[in-house]
Amino acid sequence: MNSLILIAVLLVLSAIGYQMGRKRALAGTGGQIKGLHSLPSYYGSYVALWCALPALLVIAFWLALQSGIVDSLLISGLPASVQALSEGQLNLLLSDIRNLAAGDITSKTPDPMVQAAAERYNDLRSTGFAAMVVVGLALGIGGLTIGWRAINPSFRARPRVEKIVHWVLILASAIAVLTTIGIVLSLLFESIRFFNRVPPAEFLFGLNWSPQTALRADQVGATGAFGAIPIFAGTFLITIIAMLVAVPIGLFSAIYMAEYASPRFRAIVKPILEILAGIPTVVYGFFAALTIAPLFRGFGESVGLDVASESALAAGVVMGLMIIPFVSSLSDDVINAVPQSLRDGSFAMGATHSETIKQVIIPAALPGIVGSVLLATSRAIGETMIVVMAAGLAANLTANPFEAVTTVTVQIVTLLVGDQEFDSSKTLAAFALGLVLFVITLCLNVVALTVVRKYREKYD
Amino acid sequence: MPEENTPEEMEVTVESNEAPGATQAPKAPPTKVNARDVNVYYADNHALKDITIEIPENRVTSFIGPSGCGKSSFLRCINRMNDTIDICRVEGKIEIDSADIYDRSIDVVQLRAKVGMVFQKPNPFPKSIYDNIAYGPRIHGMVAGKTDTDELVEASLKRAGLWEEVKDRLAQPGTSLSGGQQQRLCIARAIAVSPQVILMDEPCSALDPIATARIEELIDELRQNFTIVIVTHSMQQAARVSQKTAFFHLGELVEQGNTELIFTNPVDKRTQDYITGRFG
Repeated sequence: MNSLILIAVLLVLSAIGYQMGRKRALAGTGGQIKGLHSLPSYYGSYVALWCALPALLVIAFWLALQSGIVDSLLISGLPASVQALSEGQLNLLLSDIRNLAAGDITSKTPDPMVQAAAERYNDLRSTGFAAMVVVGLALGIGGLTIGWRAINPSFRARPRVEKIVHWVLILASAIAVLTTIGIVLSLLFESIRFFNRVPPAEFLFGLNWSPQTALRADQVGATGAFGAIPIFAGTFLITIIAMLVAVPIGLFSAIYMAEYASPRFRAIVKPILEILAGIPTVVYGFFAALTIAPLFRGFGESVGLDVASESALAAGVVMGLMIIPFVSSLSDDVINAVPQSLRDGSFAMGATHSETIKQVIIPAALPGIVGSVLLATSRAIGETMIVVMAAGLAANLTANPFEAVTTVTVQIVTLLVGDQEFDSSKTLAAFALGLVLFVITLCLNVVALTVVRKYREKYD
Repeated sequence: MPEENTPEEMEVTVESNEAPGATQAPKAPPTKVNARDVNVYYADNHALKDITIEIPENRVTSFIGPSGCGKSSFLRCINRMNDTIDICRVEGKIEIDSADIYDRSIDVVQLRAKVGMVFQKPNPFPKSIYDNIAYGPRIHGMVAGKTDTDELVEASLKRAGLWEEVKDRLAQPGTSLSGGQQQRLCIARAIAVSPQVILMDEPCSALDPIATARIEELIDELRQNFTIVIVTHSMQQAARVSQKTAFFHLGELVEQGNTELIFTNPVDKRTQDYITGRFG
């Protein structure tokens, strides 16, 4: 909270810097804009950026690193007997100290050592904060001074501001890229821990999935088998059903929208179709579990088929409905991008509209359509909520869509829900599953984007 | 074959002068396309006004005029390509071999097989060179079996003067050819369905002078077997390839007649101004 006040103070300071920069630039020419190299606002922005950016960056790093430094300082100040404790116990002790320092309830009555440490912890923190305020304000005022002193009428503020903006933009995109790398690395490290316990070959090619590991040596019925084939098979079964629903419906509606619909009809219906993409997936989940699944079961009974109440079919069909807009919207765009001259050429040969679509437009748009289908597929593979609610939990290795199957995402959810210790094979398996899923969707996305880009080059 | 309205190949008529049927040429060709009082509207915009023209068989007829004068619009009336534009409305009568093409009984798909079209920008389909040619004959059921198709593809490419250049790479995409070759491919594609009339909408405007010369030569050869109508912005081109010329201005057909006469001795002041480059 106090850091927020510091940031606010810095922003006010940079606003003041903006005005000061403007004034100084104008004062240099006696109030004439004509004598300046750049517009007055650029001089103001230059000073404001000098004031705010370095200080804010340092504060951001400070906040990120402070807790780690304070902790290590605290530990080094503790008696040697405590420092020799195992990592887990040390962490427990540290959180006790923190709780005491914050005035929260601690796990046991504090002994003098902990109380002393808590006071020390508070000391360290307040010193750290004071230092941060001092450094932040010093940087702010220092930056403001540097920027302000640099200003004179011939100073080239415009290109300087341009360069600073350039770097700010690079920083923003770097954050997005670094986050992705961070996610991949965290998945990777947890997966490596898992693969230290379960060999990768068993995980990737095993046919038996039963992640309940024994908590006690005498526990029965918890073997802990981690063969992921059945759940990947389940994922692919549901994905294939979903694509069988989504590709024809999505593609046909895209063709109708792009080729036959009147502009007015299109303007109304296309947004409605895209609303499908905006429905929360949990709502699709209700729909699948409460409406579609009983419907299929009832229908199955009436024709003498045995349909499970949580069938792959119900989950797949609803998931297919959900991704219709992904297929139709993208395909519609690529069909529209096919040059009118090709349609004219085909019509002028005496081809009918459907012959033209079948033989000229679809082949021309095919790469884009394939790209849209692949993107929709990776969306279907990663979809969680519908299958959690409508597909089963049991890892059946089956190709029968009427049976219950489970998917990778469902298993990840069930593995991580509830009170879990984070060093058992069971919970770590979730990360391995996540990693494999990530690799699959990443490959699909890369292929899809390459295909789409190749297509774009062709007609632009 | 039309029996009435012997066209006035050697005569120059001004639009106001309503006197078709006067014979002067000794062996004037019969009329292939006969347009009477054609009006075209794009929504409320009256784009073409009372166009009356006869297009002689096995001759090249060129439409000239400044941009936006309606010559392409009129060309697109002849194979009813304007049907694909929702806001476009065509009134009047256009007859091919004395049959009204806007009659309800006419199948527009059949009509377009009979009246081929070549566009301003070469627009080969995203298929192989072979399939580009075979496309039309296949959808019209004009070929049966592979040898049949092979023969037709070869014949069409030969007539378009493209065979020697592409015979070893028929499986390559049509878009891999150069601009001039693509345009000749489009012409080959149009003649593959044996049309009677070929409409060309500024076929050389995207081509360099050498490719243009080849296309013009080709047009002259094709005249033996087809009736050709060409829209062009190049007056030299109209003078070189066509026997009959029509000058359009602001949606009106100002003057039409023998190409030589139009270019040497135009009747209307506007035609004269346009030809001598005073506007347009």
